[in-house]
Amino acid sequence: MPEVKADRTIDIRGEVCPYTFVKSKLALEELQSGQVLEIVLDHDPAVENVPRSMEADGHRVLSVKKVGKSWRILVRKA
Amino acid sequence: MESKVLIVGAGGLGSPAALYLAAAGVGRIGIADSDRVDLSNLQRQVIHSTKSLGMPKAESAKETIQALNPEVEVTTIEERLDSGNALKILKGWDFVIDGSDNFPTKFLINDACVLKDIPFSHAGVLRFIGMTTTVIPHRGPCYRCLIKEAPPPGAVPTCQEAGVLGTVPGVMGAIQATEAIKFLIGAGNLLVGRVLYFDALNLRFDQFELKRNPRCPSCGDKPLIRDLSQVDYGTFCRVRQNARGKG
Repeated sequence: MPEVKADRTIDIRGEVCPYTFVKSKLALEELQSGQVLEIVLDHDPAVENVPRSMEADGHRVLSVKKVGKSWRILVRKA
Repeated sequence: MESKVLIVGAGGLGSPAALYLAAAGVGRIGIADSDRVDLSNLQRQVIHSTKSLGMPKAESAKETIQALNPEVEVTTIEERLDSGNALKILKGWDFVIDGSDNFPTKFLINDACVLKDIPFSHAGVLRFIGMTTTVIPHRGPCYRCLIKEAPPPGAVPTCQEAGVLGTVPGVMGAIQATEAIKFLIGAGNLLVGRVLYFDALNLRFDQFELKRNPRCPSCGDKPLIRDLSQVDYGTFCRVRQNARGKG
């Protein structure tokens, strides 16, 4: 399957909960419905919390992948 | 004013909040803090000074408030808020300011205020950023609608560990006092259902909408938390397994 291209990427490595979620949410608000946000983070608890919170808000989590010591999360805006 | 505001934590957030509330003439201010003033606090905890080093923070805050406005009645509570004393300490106040510096106390204040219908202002700060929201229980979302439970112990550093620019809690604490005064006089629109985010490095304020979660364990349609003993505030601030299903 071809890789989904992100419309915007935020690198929030070094950020911790709850600011990982807050920054992801603010970045997503600036996108149009259907666009994809790529979130790069390295705070382990956020790997579960951010996708869960995004889905609770109605957005679609396309993938959660570990890349080296970081995580890459793709979210499509509802 | 005959109003009563309790400030939990006479630290970076509680200091400016207490000063502005006292200056505004809030009739009774409660200061709950079990710590003593340390030199490392003074960069942000502006209600204390070198003269109060070693003093209980609640007592030091009381002295400063009374020097600013002798007509304010100050109640000091030199206890650390826990699930056993929270309801007693929070009882009777019109509005609460969460100026605490740790997740367990933030969840405890949220859960207790939701249980007892006490409006409060939440704020958190770290390094160069801060966020705040106002909770009017059952008339909007609560803190657990934003964050269901705490990160694992040790996963998130405290301000003492990671540091915070002193002016960041200054800004956020002043906003908390603003919300308290607005609530007390019934003016304007409170920061209910919105989270305000402050980025000092880029000097930006942003905000996003926060909706009440119908499945929130604290303020949801069928709340799981009916008693503070149901929550383990030592770790994730999660509802204990044996308490589930009671809602």
